[in-house]
Amino acid sequence: MSSSFPISPTSPSLDLHDLGVAELAARLASGSVSSVEVTQHFLARIARQDSLGAFLAVDADVSLAQARAADVRLAAGERTPLLGVPLAHKDVFVTRDFPTTAGSKMLEHYRSPFDATVVSKLAGAGMVTLGKLNCDEFAMGSGNENSAYKLVQNPWDVSRVPGGSSGGSAAAVAARLVPAATGTDTGGSIRQPASLTGITGIKPTYGRCSRYGMVAFASSLDQAGPMARSALDCALLLSSMAGPDPDRDSTSLDLPAVDYATDLIATPADGTSAKPLKGLRIGLPAQFFGAGCAPDVLAAVRGALAEFEKLGATLVDVSLPLTELSIPVYYVIAPAEASSNLSRFDGVRYGHRAAHYLDLTDMYKKSRSEGFGDEATRRIMIGTYVLSHGYYDAYYLKAQKIRRLIAQDFQTAFAQCDVIAGPVSPTVAWKIGEKGDDPVASYLADIYTLSSSLAGLPGMSIPAGFGEGGLPVGLQLIGNYFKEAQLLGTAHQFQLATDWHQKAPKASA
Amino acid sequence: MALTFKDIERVANLARLELRPDETEHTLAQLNGFFTLVEQMQAVNTDGVAPLAHPAALLGDVALRLREDIASEPNQREASQASAPAVERGLFLVPKVIE
Repeated sequence: MSSSFPISPTSPSLDLHDLGVAELAARLASGSVSSVEVTQHFLARIARQDSLGAFLAVDADVSLAQARAADVRLAAGERTPLLGVPLAHKDVFVTRDFPTTAGSKMLEHYRSPFDATVVSKLAGAGMVTLGKLNCDEFAMGSGNENSAYKLVQNPWDVSRVPGGSSGGSAAAVAARLVPAATGTDTGGSIRQPASLTGITGIKPTYGRCSRYGMVAFASSLDQAGPMARSALDCALLLSSMAGPDPDRDSTSLDLPAVDYATDLIATPADGTSAKPLKGLRIGLPAQFFGAGCAPDVLAAVRGALAEFEKLGATLVDVSLPLTELSIPVYYVIAPAEASSNLSRFDGVRYGHRAAHYLDLTDMYKKSRSEGFGDEATRRIMIGTYVLSHGYYDAYYLKAQKIRRLIAQDFQTAFAQCDVIAGPVSPTVAWKIGEKGDDPVASYLADIYTLSSSLAGLPGMSIPAGFGEGGLPVGLQLIGNYFKEAQLLGTAHQFQLATDWHQKAPKASA
Repeated sequence: MALTFKDIERVANLARLELRPDETEHTLAQLNGFFTLVEQMQAVNTDGVAPLAHPAALLGDVALRLREDIASEPNQREASQASAPAVERGLFLVPKVIE
């Protein structure tokens, strides 16, 4: 055994992986455990569960150096909410200390000269990076089956996908390999894998978190967010991740950072603990509860909604009439933006270059065709086509017009409710390989997450129970712009009253 | 309106991708399946609706900003070129462009 993993099987710290971010932070602050001990514990778990496929890169020396630095800060008396707590980053966040591949062969040997803003903010808060997490290539996918490197298994059933594109993040949190992870969400890539693995994740309002250093997929949709076991832990992370990045991301919102965690612990709205959500109106879009959603998912979602009623919330019917149209609209706009963003991979400045070619154009073509996987290639083709002369108006512009109508429909709905709720995914996690080679079948499964992404609204997934095969089901909560605190607070009250978020797969024991 | 084999070849060239003939056939079938879905958009009446390029346009008085056009990053040429496929004396090497 290498010196990086000196913890013996009888170590009393073996239960550290059952602790969330807030609990680990409390133990670190009390001095009952050091960041180095916590980091060693998680590194050992990551090594033992390598077959899950969640990690693309680990480096114990780098992680332990960060942990030692956190211990120095702790010893000096510093007490900040995340100091010394480890996490891992989705591999679309560029990092100086680890390779960054975005799940693509194109970036197989890439090493970024800088850290993403989200990475440097969390490092500044004293978090220790355990490594980089597997994902669909360039975050394009819903099952993590598009990673160029390896599949990720769902810890609840290793023959099933963990969801995507932040599938490595979700699997690692669910299997207790990390207390928390970063993810990115373009059309559901935080919420859907969170739902399929029984963890909590939030996609903030577009622009809350800086996109600087996130490998770009669709720039008008991409947004970073935390994935963890509870709303409280997500609140702690988001408080450090969010905030303006004035010189580096012109689309980051010029709003002051918010302490989401302190808001959560504040007194409930009506001052009583029995009905903490009294007065909260939860809108249920009819289109989210139709025949397209599997009965086991609907049953779990309805069970969770009944719990919200017990907590004092009222359920109201709302309508999002263009929900089905959000699929073609998204799958025109996102590939259009992707085809532009991925044009930077030319085999010149970074990324793969073919070994043999005739001239410059041939070098571009061979390098790109060798470097991109099937789904990235397909989306580049779709995007290039819808942006090309003669088709721009019929497809791209048309999609952008419907995008506005979709956003307006949400405002109509929010006139009648405070948050919107429904399923995240129409089914529980599917079998690896089950969707075959039919991209449209995969795209259709994104139906409940795409519309809020197109509108730029914040949304989250919280564990709501289990469906067929004992597989997790997530409840989606969608808030109006800037209402992350309300979403997290609503989720927190649910998690104080239920224990779905504390359930762990057997594989994590 | 179905795409043709020629359309796929044209788009692949625009995107600087090289597809083998069997890949072109496969892509053609998949994209035609996909565009059947996309055609649903044409049923939506969007008369007088302005295209929405970006959600920031919906966020009211939260203005996006521009910064001064000044060099603010340190010179990291070596770090930036460390991942380049071919570099010589600080320059990126490409195949000969001008005869």
